[in-house]
Order: sequence, then C-alpha cells, then structure tokens
Amino acid sequence: MPRPQQWGDDDLLEFVTLKAAGQSFCIEITQIREIRRWTPVTALPHAEDAVLGVMNLRGAVIPIIDLAARLGLGECEASPRHVIIVVAIGSKTIGLLVDSVSEILTVEGSQICDAPTMGGGDIPNSILGLISIEEGMSRILAPEILVPRGLTDAA
Amino acid sequence: MSRDDLKATFFAECEDLLDQLSEGTGELEDGTATEETVHAIFRAVHSIKGAAGAFALDTLVKFAHRLETVLDRLRSGSLVLDPDSLQVILRSGDMLAELVELAQAESDEEPPQMAELIESLVALSGAEEGGPSAPEPDEAFEFAPVAFMPMSFDAPDEEPEDVYKIRVPAIADLFRNGHDPFLLFSELVALGQLEVSCDASALPVSEAFDPDHCYLCWELTLTGTMTEASIRDAFVFLDDICEIEQVSGGSAALGGDLPGLQSEEGPMSVSEPENPSLPQVAAEEAAAEPATAASATSEPAAAEKSKAAKPAASMPQTTLRVDPERVDRLINTVGELIINQAVITQKLLASGMASNSDIMSDLDDYQYLARELQEGVMAIRAQPVKPLFQRMQRIVREAAYGLGKDVALISEGESTEVDKTLVERLAEPLTHMIRNAVDHGIESSEKRTAAGKPAQGTIKLSAAHCSGDVLIEISDDGAGLNRKRIFEKAASQGLIAADAKMTDAEIDNLLFMAGFSTAEKVTNLSGRGVGMDVVKTAITSLGGRISISSRPGLGTKFSIALPLTLAVMDGMVIHAAGETLVAPLSSVVETIRPKPKDILPFGREGRLLSIRGTYVPIVNLAKLLGFPTDAEITSDNILILIRSEQSGLVALAVDDISDQRQVVIKSLEGNYGAIEGISAATILGDGRIALIIDTDAILSLAGHFGRDMASREEMDYAQTATMG
Repeated sequence: MPRPQQWGDDDLLEFVTLKAAGQSFCIEITQIREIRRWTPVTALPHAEDAVLGVMNLRGAVIPIIDLAARLGLGECEASPRHVIIVVAIGSKTIGLLVDSVSEILTVEGSQICDAPTMGGGDIPNSILGLISIEEGMSRILAPEILVPRGLTDAA
Repeated sequence: MSRDDLKATFFAECEDLLDQLSEGTGELEDGTATEETVHAIFRAVHSIKGAAGAFALDTLVKFAHRLETVLDRLRSGSLVLDPDSLQVILRSGDMLAELVELAQAESDEEPPQMAELIESLVALSGAEEGGPSAPEPDEAFEFAPVAFMPMSFDAPDEEPEDVYKIRVPAIADLFRNGHDPFLLFSELVALGQLEVSCDASALPVSEAFDPDHCYLCWELTLTGTMTEASIRDAFVFLDDICEIEQVSGGSAALGGDLPGLQSEEGPMSVSEPENPSLPQVAAEEAAAEPATAASATSEPAAAEKSKAAKPAASMPQTTLRVDPERVDRLINTVGELIINQAVITQKLLASGMASNSDIMSDLDDYQYLARELQEGVMAIRAQPVKPLFQRMQRIVREAAYGLGKDVALISEGESTEVDKTLVERLAEPLTHMIRNAVDHGIESSEKRTAAGKPAQGTIKLSAAHCSGDVLIEISDDGAGLNRKRIFEKAASQGLIAADAKMTDAEIDNLLFMAGFSTAEKVTNLSGRGVGMDVVKTAITSLGGRISISSRPGLGTKFSIALPLTLAVMDGMVIHAAGETLVAPLSSVVETIRPKPKDILPFGREGRLLSIRGTYVPIVNLAKLLGFPTDAEITSDNILILIRSEQSGLVALAVDDISDQRQVVIKSLEGNYGAIEGISAATILGDGRIALIIDTDAILSLAGHFGRDMASREEMDYAQTATMG
C-alpha cells in the first residue's frame, strides 16, 4: 500500500498510541501538549454530542471532546480512569477523552501505510495512515478533523 | 526590525508626541504656557514631521511643515499669540492628530478643513516677507545628519580636538530673514560639543521692543574634530556676518585662513551689536532677563544634542512599552495563582484541617501576597484617562467650530487610571456624548446671553474612582433636556403610548431607547445614525452603567460607572439544571423569590411574573441554554430580573443563587468559539469552569424563544403524535 505523502521514507517519526472504543489510534507526538486524568467538565449550551464541555487547563479554557463519539464509535462513559490528551490544533488547544494511552511508537516514514478509501462516516476522513503494531494496526489521527463542527473555520 | 515594525513604532511615538502637543496647546489655551511650552510644542511637531518624512507621508509632512513655520515664529517672538492665532494653532494641532490617524489608516484623503487651515497658517507665517527663506531652517536642519560624516572619516579618536569660537552678533533682521538661531545651533550640535551663551543685555523691555527685531547675540564654543568648512556650511547664509575663530587644536591656532576670515567679517561684527537706538536704561533693566533667555535658548539645544547623540534617549524614560500580550499572560497566571490558592484552602479545609492551624495562617499570607500581586499586575494595564480627555478637547473644538458655538471643555481627574482597553473603548461613546452636548446641549451664544448665562458654554468632563468603579461624568450648562419634545418625539415614533404618564426621569431615559433621536435637522455632527442607545450598549458591554439627569435651563449630566478593568467583573453565581453559571451583576435589576400567585400561566408553557402591576415574561435559563431539564417553573425557583435595551425586562428562572463575587474573565473563543448566550467563562474556587451568561444575547434568545414557543410546541406535539 502506498505511503501517505506528508511523510518522507526516511523520516523518523514518533507517535503516541491510545485506545478509544477498543481501537488503537495514534497522534504525532509533536501535536500533543500533555496527558491528564479525566476530571468533570462544565457543559456547554447547544454543543454537539461529542463536545463534553470545557475544562480548566491552568487558566485556559479548553473544550473536551469524546474521541469515540466524534468518530462515531459510540459514547464513552467517562471515569477518573479515563485520560485526556491535550492536543494543539492550529491556534486552538483541545482535549480528547480516550480510554487509555498505550505507548510511544517510533517508526520510519516507509512503515506508514496509506489508509484505504472507504465511503461513509467520519472515520476514513480522520485517518491519515496506518501503522502495523503487535496487536494489529494503529490508526494515525488527523487532529484537524477533531475540532468541533462549525469551529473548523476559525481553527 | 521590519518596515512595518518601524512604522508601528512611529505611530506609537506619534501618540506620545501628540499627547505632548495637545498638553502644550492646552497650556497655551489657558494661559499657563511658558517659553518651554512653545519649545515643547515645536519639538513635538518637528519630530512628527521628521519621522513622517521617513515614511513618505507627504500630506502629514506638508501640514506639519506649515505649522512648524508658524510655531517657529511664535517661539522666536516674531508672532504674538492672539485669540485668532491661538485658534489656528489649536485647530492645527487637532488637524495634525487627524492626519496621523489617517496615515495610520493608510488613507490618502485630505481632511476637508485642511486647505483652509493651511491658508491660515501661511497667513500667520508671514510668508510674504520672509517667503523665500522661510523653509530654509528646516532644510538646513534636515540635512544636518550629513554633516557628521567628516568626523568619522578623517578624525580618529586620538586626533586632538579643535575648539572654535563662533560669535553671532545681534543681527537686526535675523528673524525677518527667516533664520532661526536654534536650528542653526542644532546643526552645530551634530558636529561636536557645543556650548552656547546668549547675551541678551540689549533686550529692551519697554515699548521700544520690536518682536521682529533680534536683539540677542550669541557666543558659541564648539569642541570637536570638525573642519572649519563644515561650520561654514552650517552658517552658509550668515557666512559673511558671523565670526568663526579657531582658538585651539591640532591644525594650529594660527591657521593661515584665519586672518582672511577676520578681515572679511570685521566691519559687520563691530557695527551690529552697538545698536545706537537702544536706551541704556532699558538695557540695564533687561539685565535680569539674560539668565532665563540664555537658558531657554541653550536648553532646547542641549535636548536636541542628546537626541542627535542617541535617538533612543529622546523617549521619556519613565514609561515602558510592553506588548499587551505579555501583560495579559501575566494577568492570567496571577489569576490562576489566586484560584490555585483558593483550591488549596478548600482542600485543606475539606481534609479536616483546623482553620486556626499554622498552615492555614500561612495560606492567609499566601492569599494576601497573591492579591497584592494581582493588584500590581492589574496596575500595569492601568492608564490615566488624560489622553482620552485631551482627545475630547479636540472634539469640542471641532464641533464648536463646525456649529459656530462658543464652548469650553473643562476636565477634572485626568490622572484617574483605568484599564487601557477601557480607555480605548470609551473613546467612541464619549466622543458621541461630547458632540451631543455641543450640538444639542449648549445653546447659541445669543440664547445664552438672553437667558442671563455667560455667552461661552461649558462642558465638564470628570473622572474619579468611586468604590471600585470609575465614575465618568459629562455635564453641560446648556438648556437641559426638552422633556416635552422628547415625549412627543417618542410618542410620534411609536416608542411610547401618546397618553402615557411618565416621570421626568423616565422621560429622560427615553433618550437611551433604540431608534430615538431628537435632532430636528440632520447636522453634520448629529444624524450619523448613532443614537444614545448605541452609547448605552457600548457602556453596558464594558460592564458599566449610564444614567442621565437634567435640570431645565441649567444643563444635563450623564454619569457613567465602569469597572476598573475588563479582566474582572462582578458576577452573581447561579445554578441551573446542575450547572453553575455567572450572571453579570451590571445587568441584574433584582432577584425575587416569587409567591405562587405571582407566577401566571401564559399559553401552554409560557409563564409571566406579576410584579408591581406589570407582567414580565419568565424564561427558564437551563432550557434556553439547552441543558437537560424538565422542571416546571414554580415558586421554588429564584427569579433574576434582568433588563436590556432591546427586550426590556425579563425574569430568568434559576434553581439557586450561591454567591456574589468578582470573577476573572476567561475567553472561550480562543480554543472553542463563540456560544450564543454565553459571553465568556471564569474559573471558580474549586478549579472548575463556570460560564458567564451574556444577558443581552439571552434576552434576544428569549425573545425568539417566546415567539417560537407556540409553533415549536405544536411541532413537538405533531412529532410525538406521529411517532406514537
């Protein structure tokens, strides 16, 4: 399978892998600001279902998004065992609620496969590429896709 | 530094210079001006012109140049300040400020009054006699930087310095020929160390004094590694009059060209200083003057010198320019520190720590320090309202001139400090109110005289700190509000019922209603489509309140109360559907725990509150914000009465009110985006976020909600029916 264009063959890349709705995803480490434990959030009026609310990150107000819900994989029942991954997307900082964070993958560009095009749903659009891992594969998330709908213009 | 950065610096400096300028012209206006004031005004205009030249802002340069010429004459005493010339100078200062604004907006348009003002300036600059030489001093000055070149090339540091003595005799026609000793001397400053002493002993103090006549002579001592030719360059127009003498230096004091020099100048220097027409007594009387005259001349020269030496030093050193973003970051962090402190305190108390334990008293100290720090940081953003008030001087002059009225603005409490953002955002509403006061408030001079009032109208603008707020008052001594006309106008516009019974205060408040305007004819000042409702909205959006009071025949007063800063506001912490929210205190009229009989059904789900004989719609806040709730509005709810200009009174139904406190305002838009009905967020003592409701938006939402309610319910019903 062809390799996605944004990575060169010899690029050495680091990804943080995480689990959401039982599937493995990963995000390039450069986009991740920090990883925190889940704490209750403040609900926002008229927000889409995947937007759980806002959280105080050392004085900044950041929206928290249920990754599984955003990808259409069903809502996540948040508990203190869940994890928030704080991601920088453009000028915005957003928190993603996930089940857990697993490991840091170091791969070469050549090890990344292009995600096959499949119709329907949000998943195909949100996945930049695939990396084979021991227990199957990890899907590289395109964080831009995760910005709540209607806010993408401003991002 | 990029060109844009340079330009930004230029405009920032212009702001300072324009402040100095308007401060100076203000002193001219109220007669407190000293000689130094005129110099300061001149320097400000000159600096603006110089820098504007570098950016090829031709209109600005052209105008500044004209003004400078006039100021130069004023400075040299060849122009006497009378009310007319004062008016021209004041208006020119305003024009200069406007031109800077236009340049900043990158607009090429020339303000309509500019041509007329230039004409007045030309008339004042006495161009007909000094015409050809009038621009000369400026040219000489602008070329000055070139003159320092010889130093760097043929004068290494170890070379001994030369000392030149230059005598400028009292040249009677010096000013008339368009020369300015100050500019000449400034040019020498670029060449080396300059000492100036002025001999003013010939200055008459009696009627014999002719301002066009130069009675002063100067002795200059120039130390440096310049060549004689460069000095001659500076004195090119006076070459044949001034004595230049090398008194010491490496290239031999007895230089060959010296005799020639002296023979050339001898006759002139003898004849001029001994002006026979001066009475001896007058000269002696004037002996007291030399000290001041000399210092006045040498002081600007010294200032100019240090400027030439290191341009950065010319900026006032007492102020610091800081990127506002850095200050915001600091404010944010400090706000965070305070919240963090509150969180720790809460947790310690929750863990069973006694409130009188050591650690708790340490925490009290911590809290005290954190508050101190917060106040200190907030003070960085604080700025006196002075520049804003000075701008209002300009507005009054413009408006009064445009309407042919005689109006003076008195300002008080200019040093009152307010958050910079507030100062900026107040400019618009204040401008409008001041214009209104001149246009509608103050009567014409004839009417005033007829009413037994002074012909000149007075507008008073004051600022003061008042229990955590800033109180700004704009009062005029005009005719007061014409309540009859306001009432009729409002009735004819359908804003009120024609037979409504209203108190005076209620009628006055009609001014703030949307769409209301009393202007009978559209002048170029009013009728801009901006009414007092816009002013009120602007003030409210700053978290402030505005009120009006008026006494027929005595004037009108607007009072504005504003919070000191926009980063913090007074809020009421409320609960609805399990969520904690904050309502801005400025829009809360009152809170009510209703009796069951006060809540009346209206339509299927609508409820009205009966209060003091009127009916106010009740809006379920949680429902309006889309939070899950199915509770009916009952007397268990607490109702918060809020008012807005558009929707009038509305009662928000909430579950509980827990607190009233100052909250630090946090933007939601940075990471999320705008939310209808929510203006911002804040962080509570437990570290959680509470949303601040935008009462105006809530009310307009409520408006739609109420109107749509019936049809929406029908739809819901229809849907349920089909599903079932």
